[in-house]
Amino acid sequence: MITAAPAPFGQSSGPTVRRVNDPLHGDLLEVSMGPQHPSTHGVFRMDVTLDGEVIVKLKPVFGYLHRNHEKIAENTSYLSSMPYTDRLDYLCSMSTNWAYAMAVEKLSGQAVPDRAQYLRVILAELTRIVNHACLVGFLFNDLGTSFTPLLYAFREREKIIDLFEALSGSRMMCNYQRFGGCRVDPTPEWLAAASKLVDNFPRFLDEYETMLTGNEILLARTQGVGRLDPKHAVNAGITGPVLRACGVNYDLRKVDAYGFYPRFDFRVPLGEHGDTYDRYMMRILEMRESVKILQQAFKVLPAGPIMDPKAKLRGFRPKPGETYGRLEGPKGELGFYLLSDGTPNPYRYRVRPPSLINLTLLEEMCLGHTVADAVVILGSIDIVLGEVDR
Amino acid sequence: MSDAIDKPVPFPAAGNISDAEREELRRHGILMTSLEELYNWGRSNSIWPLQFGLACCAIEMIAAATARFDIARFGAEIFRPSPRQADLMIVSGTVTKKMAPQVVRLWNQMPEPKYCIAMGACAISGGPFKQGYNVLKGIDRFIPVDIYIPGCPPRPEALLNGLMELQKQIQGERLTGPDAARHTRPDMPSEFSVPSYGEHDLQPTKNAEVWKPATPLTRSGKG
Repeated sequence: MITAAPAPFGQSSGPTVRRVNDPLHGDLLEVSMGPQHPSTHGVFRMDVTLDGEVIVKLKPVFGYLHRNHEKIAENTSYLSSMPYTDRLDYLCSMSTNWAYAMAVEKLSGQAVPDRAQYLRVILAELTRIVNHACLVGFLFNDLGTSFTPLLYAFREREKIIDLFEALSGSRMMCNYQRFGGCRVDPTPEWLAAASKLVDNFPRFLDEYETMLTGNEILLARTQGVGRLDPKHAVNAGITGPVLRACGVNYDLRKVDAYGFYPRFDFRVPLGEHGDTYDRYMMRILEMRESVKILQQAFKVLPAGPIMDPKAKLRGFRPKPGETYGRLEGPKGELGFYLLSDGTPNPYRYRVRPPSLINLTLLEEMCLGHTVADAVVILGSIDIVLGEVDR
Repeated sequence: MSDAIDKPVPFPAAGNISDAEREELRRHGILMTSLEELYNWGRSNSIWPLQFGLACCAIEMIAAATARFDIARFGAEIFRPSPRQADLMIVSGTVTKKMAPQVVRLWNQMPEPKYCIAMGACAISGGPFKQGYNVLKGIDRFIPVDIYIPGCPPRPEALLNGLMELQKQIQGERLTGPDAARHTRPDMPSEFSVPSYGEHDLQPTKNAEVWKPATPLTRSGKG
């Protein structure tokens, strides 16, 4: 058991300081983890400096999946960027679509019909469930339970992905939201199937929790590991479940009250310690809250149009101006900044990716822990490289 | 003797037994096979892919490994994190110019016989991100690709289909003779030069040994 004291908060990646200074202690070891590494969740690289097994310095290296999303979006029309937003966060395309549609709707001042608003909430919450279930699976992969929890998570994911496919025609890249509404109206059969799935979902969560939550290995490996200070997290702009695990009550669904979220009764789960275990529990509790939202939404979903009749898809030119639309994505605050100069293309298009900003405190979380814990801490932050590098 | 070496050896070795007779023998419990067939049968049913996800397609690759699609039915469920233990590289996602040198290095680290599947539009040609300044327009510019799977992303079934096509290709490989498989021939390279991440583009931008695009057809029919 390594009993190195955790590094003081705010210690930046300046010159490396040796914890033990005696000639018999050996040299520091620099390890490059990634970009091809089974637990860096894609092409992410960590340059780690190790003192024995303890991390004394960690430098994240980005850019291995920088595929020019923002530049391409500035050269295409507003609507043509919608499929690209699918590929930003490829686990939750529905909420990314919504964030972008929300930003453009703010820019052009379009109204969204009630049915579309409810559908957006339904799909965003289904996406949150998919994301969190998969994240927990991947987190356990990083803990060394080779694949089994992930198999359970993907079993549930497939069911929800089937719904997305039935609705939008694509499993992952849904491209479903439009400016001023949604693209396809779900059939009553689809709604019945979705409602049934949601009603059965708590059973899966109970099964999942029976196997995982009290697990001794999970407790030993995650409690007290990667602790994050709430003040520090707020200063660094960290959002989403990672921030709420520190006990900061900040959920854009409540703060901004965007969409139709004020009409739903749900709670925001909060952690206490800000460690990896709290971040894990945050995901499980949020899934339960999402189920509550979904059950309410299916009951009150009104009939009506799904598109604003005045919405203009072809030749869409918003007035000059700038806007920032944001929502509570499964990973945190997902925002789109748009600067329009009155042409069909945005003059400036910028994404505020939660994954990238949540990664900024990775070093502070990992200092003083072993390299095996760094993998788990990274897993608990929940990054998707498409969004980090864009 | 020298004549025998120069002359292409007919393969399979001249035997008098037809497929129908072999099938008849098999029904009586006598299995006739050649070493080549046995070798290819074994290889094609235990392809170990490299656990290496690049982008969106990697999620579908993982989905192919999970319960519903179950790539284990084809003997390819053992994703190896180390290229030294892998037979198959599934290039699953956008290869950026920063990533391309690492992909080629991983390919060079894999032992022969090795195969490459370009999964998804990005790995084939750059896909939707082709206009991007940082996106490689197809991994086949640097490493030889055996199977291309179109889609954005391809469904897990498409990946399974690609894998089955690869199995067919492996089963048809010859060990000797003029059309022997790549890995048996000393004159075929198994390692390729790793491009460097230059100031404006990869240096070199493509490997002319590997990338031989078809000449585009013109109206006059000439290249």
